[in-house]
Amino acid sequence: MKVLVAVKRVIDYNVKIRVKPDHTDVDLTNVKMAMNPFCEIAVEEAVRLKEKGVATEIVAVTVGPKTAQEQLRTALALGADRAIHVETDARVESLGVAKLLKGVVDEEQPDLVILGKQAIDTDNNQTGQMLAALTGMPQGTFASEVSIENGEVSVTREIDGGLQTVKLRLPAVVTSDLRLNEPRYAKLPDIMKAKKKPLETRTPETLGVSIAAPPTLLKVETPAERQGGVKVASVDELVDKLKNEAKVL
Amino acid sequence: MSILVLAEYHEGQLAAGTAHVVAAAQAIGGDIDILVAGDNVAGVAEAAARLDGVSRVRVADNAVYAHQLAEPTADLLVALADDYTHLLAAATTTGKNVLPRVAALKDVNQISEILAVDSPDTFKRPIYAGNAIATVRSEDSLKVITVRTTAFDAVGESGAAAIEAVDVVVDNALSTFVDETLAQNERPELGGARVVISGGRGMGNGENFKLLEGIADKLGAAIGASRAAVDAGFVPNDMQVGQTGKIVAPELYIAVGISGAIQHLAGMKDSRVIVAINKDDEAPIFQVADYGLVGDLFELLPELEQKL
Repeated sequence: MKVLVAVKRVIDYNVKIRVKPDHTDVDLTNVKMAMNPFCEIAVEEAVRLKEKGVATEIVAVTVGPKTAQEQLRTALALGADRAIHVETDARVESLGVAKLLKGVVDEEQPDLVILGKQAIDTDNNQTGQMLAALTGMPQGTFASEVSIENGEVSVTREIDGGLQTVKLRLPAVVTSDLRLNEPRYAKLPDIMKAKKKPLETRTPETLGVSIAAPPTLLKVETPAERQGGVKVASVDELVDKLKNEAKVL
Repeated sequence: MSILVLAEYHEGQLAAGTAHVVAAAQAIGGDIDILVAGDNVAGVAEAAARLDGVSRVRVADNAVYAHQLAEPTADLLVALADDYTHLLAAATTTGKNVLPRVAALKDVNQISEILAVDSPDTFKRPIYAGNAIATVRSEDSLKVITVRTTAFDAVGESGAAAIEAVDVVVDNALSTFVDETLAQNERPELGGARVVISGGRGMGNGENFKLLEGIADKLGAAIGASRAAVDAGFVPNDMQVGQTGKIVAPELYIAVGISGAIQHLAGMKDSRVIVAINKDDEAPIFQVADYGLVGDLFELLPELEQKL
């Protein structure tokens, strides 16, 4: 079974973001970038499926500028067999990415596509669902458990207040939630080996896909800063403040 | 303008979030319809018809729509979409599952999790886990939008909208519902709790999280954790509050032994009142806490439990 896993290059989750002074966007210059955490979980799940003998080949894919190849190398170090870089410098959001990924799906014909449920930059939570729609595949979003049996994938989904299990006909799209697994760290020898694994480049033109224009970004602002409050000297004072000042007890 | 709101329900009850989505629809302006799609959902439709500001409740009552599965629900919305300028749903796991599928099938973008309506095509939404607010304008003829329900006050329930059946029936050969388990925890769910108490690396180990339980019991609180505590193996990942975990905004958030890494603050900084308990008086968590208590949590927690 072939598994396609999509990854995204985003600002490292530990970096405090800065909004540009002209409010046009978030400032990405000289900022540490990393693989989106939910994509790490998606890659890990693909690797585990291969370790179980369910998946035979893992293809990692990303859409983005040249630098996004770093995240493909990370995916290769974690266990993907080969990688496809859809290179573009355009501002693409979920619909545009989903259309480009559909182009890759058409070429690669995977049995399962795994994506992170959302990227921690735009927080859209759309791409997996959109890819499923465009390819006519069923979708198992926010997955906390995935198992493949008899041409179907059973996906346990994290829904508000509990869990829901659905069975989907393959090929299918799955998006990862936090509890799906705990991703491993790439080991140095694997990072070295990953440099030799195949990485092909595509462009929107070679895929025959025109990039869908995202919504117009008019302004980006920093939310109202939260002001720090007071230090209290004792538990008694804390309980008193919570009861009589904040009135939350 | 004409707006269709996808109703959400659980176990035959209209979800509270739908009244907030209708409020967002009112902010956009225009005729507001509600779609109730499911199996045996007459009761849900009646509840939806009582929401203020709704012109009409459209009910697609068929077994294929049971459990609000994404594939048939999206196909139904696509079949109805031509009557509308806006499709709205709550930014819940149901809305987030269904609406992007509809948007892609209609070849339009989706605007996720709006916080405010600037005009019928311009909206404010959080990016980077709420560390920045983007103002975006949809250029699409059909606007597909999910709504952060806490950002809009619910409409009242004194309406009497007409209820009409929708006879569109779609096929679903793609997905099958197997089962659903809703948490029967005595503690509230993290996302919806009025009070949340979270532990960080300072808790030392998973066993020590028991110190939070007594306090949580007294306050009816959910228990959370920082990513550091999860990464250290103290507690499972589903307790994680932060950019890569759950985003919470309770009335009271108590951070214990949490230094206040950016990624944690991103998940809780919209809480109404924040309390921090930490032995390091320089910890960044104190910069966002309304009330800070510096000291040894192993002494302070038992005392707090006793005095609540």
